[in-house]
Amino acid sequence: MEQFIAQLINGLNLGSIYALVAIGYTMVYGIIRLINFAHGEIMMFGAYFAFYIVFLFPFELPFIVVLLISMILAALMGILIEKIAYKRLRKAPRISALITAIGMSLFLQNLALLVFGAEPKVMPVLISKEPISILGIDVPTITVVTISLSIIFMVLLTVFIRQTKPGKSMRAVSQDKEAAMLMGINVNSVISLTFAIGSALGALGGVFYSVAFSQVYPNLGVMPGLKAFVAAVVGGIGSIGGAMVGGYTIGLVETMTKAYISSMWSDAIVFGILIIVLLFKPSGLLGKNEKEKV
Amino acid sequence: MNKVKRILSNEKIVVNTLSIIGVFLVLYALITFGVISKYNSTILVLVLIGVILATSLNVATGFLGQLALGHAGFMAIGAYTAALIGIGLKDAAWIVNLGEIGNLIIFLIAALGAFVAAGIAGVLVGTPALRLRGDYLGIMTLGFGEIIRAIITNMDFTGGAQGLTSIPRIMSFPLAYFVTVFVVVIIYLFMNSRHGRAILSIREDEIASESVGTNITRYKILGFVIASAFGGVGGAVYAFQVGYLAPSAFTFIKSIDILVVVVLGGMGSLSGGIIAAIFLTFLPEYLRDFNQYRLLMYSVLLVITMLYRPQGLLGTKEVSFHDLYIKIKNKFSAKKEADENGDS
Repeated sequence: MEQFIAQLINGLNLGSIYALVAIGYTMVYGIIRLINFAHGEIMMFGAYFAFYIVFLFPFELPFIVVLLISMILAALMGILIEKIAYKRLRKAPRISALITAIGMSLFLQNLALLVFGAEPKVMPVLISKEPISILGIDVPTITVVTISLSIIFMVLLTVFIRQTKPGKSMRAVSQDKEAAMLMGINVNSVISLTFAIGSALGALGGVFYSVAFSQVYPNLGVMPGLKAFVAAVVGGIGSIGGAMVGGYTIGLVETMTKAYISSMWSDAIVFGILIIVLLFKPSGLLGKNEKEKV
Repeated sequence: MNKVKRILSNEKIVVNTLSIIGVFLVLYALITFGVISKYNSTILVLVLIGVILATSLNVATGFLGQLALGHAGFMAIGAYTAALIGIGLKDAAWIVNLGEIGNLIIFLIAALGAFVAAGIAGVLVGTPALRLRGDYLGIMTLGFGEIIRAIITNMDFTGGAQGLTSIPRIMSFPLAYFVTVFVVVIIYLFMNSRHGRAILSIREDEIASESVGTNITRYKILGFVIASAFGGVGGAVYAFQVGYLAPSAFTFIKSIDILVVVVLGGMGSLSGGIIAAIFLTFLPEYLRDFNQYRLLMYSVLLVITMLYRPQGLLGTKEVSFHDLYIKIKNKFSAKKEADENGDS
């Protein structure tokens, strides 16, 4: 039983990371219908930013400050990527935009390889290693911080989308871009904002991921990025709540299969879930059904 | 007899056939006399494998218009099937007695096996997946590709994660060349047949196509299966060329690489795909001088091409040796005319 609860907490930890990254995929898809393959690389860059902030700063910064700085940097990066690579292709065939996103992903990976080097860097201990005791189980502080901060940021995001004016205009653009434009919404700045928020949350996930595995390397974003993307689809791509549900589902399933079935088959099972969900509910667990128009 | 005459009198077929043979003879001579080094001739075979893979994926993505992100999975099935057949046959007495021809027989049986196995996998994946459209179909094929890889990694007879070794390396440049020509010609003929046009009509407008009586489901699956089966043949050539297979060679990234070739060449253009395959296989090799900047430049070129030419190099147009021949002929006759005019 204790082992089960420990695994459950591990699953929630991984699920929080997937959920944070999945939100970025889902928000961008909701607004410009593009699978942003470069999002996993934003996650990786976020982790590198945190590493260098800690490494280069002469005095010790509080963890939350490190997080915020790397989130801001990643947000700027996300805006820049959209302006350079995706903006021109808004009216181009969807597959060209997709290939461009893949190209950006390759570019960022190789840029990281060149700038930061291929050697994995050891992530410094950003937070006290003292475990916290929950229900008689020792849980590492970082896990507690990851889960609680993720939930806080997700709640903030939900409030932002539901209650504020920019959030409202984001929803409007994702429903109907032309109509939103007619209502006087600046679509360009809404798209930039979407990329900024998505990238910031992706970077947050990246920092948590690299701290949990205490390593940073240029390919860091590939596998978790793909899994987070699967999570976004399972939850219903375009729906932020869906990305959270999907993220926790995939995180828990992956951890549980690794613990109780086989670590070799966990990837196959994750992708199997993806296929089953797509077969029976193609729009995902929480996605809206889109009617086909003739 | 009449048919032969008709074919021989068709300038287009004659010029193209002679050019294909001509290109082969030139390359073969250059390899035999050592002008093209052993290393470069290996790259030539890799180019040919790229051509097979791109041409086959073009049927599903270019002509049928369905985004497929799991082509490496079918390639893997073909490669492993061919490799296992090859390992099983290479020591059989009757094959060994045949010498060189024995190798050819091994390849033919293995390639057929790869074709069938990848085709069956294509039916199994395509039937559920093709109910979805666009990005969802892409995601589904991606998922299947990863599952195929996970199965290969976890099975014993495939060598697991360590990989499959002692595959006979029976691939040679001439064999690879003619297999490639065969695959391209078959797919070209298929795409210009009644069935091929039915597939094209699905890409152009699914609903209109259905309303004139095209069996959408059947043709979608047919197109998808042809793509995966020939992808399997590409895998077979790869297995016998490299002699070693590991699941890590068939990741999602490999599928993307093949897709990039198709999109860059122009979706629905076989010749565009071939040109892109040649270019994209050679490019990273020649950028080796820039070593660490190599992949960076590759990705930058990819993004720039997409930004300024989203329809790919050739769009849906086709070019052939015959077009080149006509162009040169016209130039010559124009020059001749100019000369004659100058004389008078």
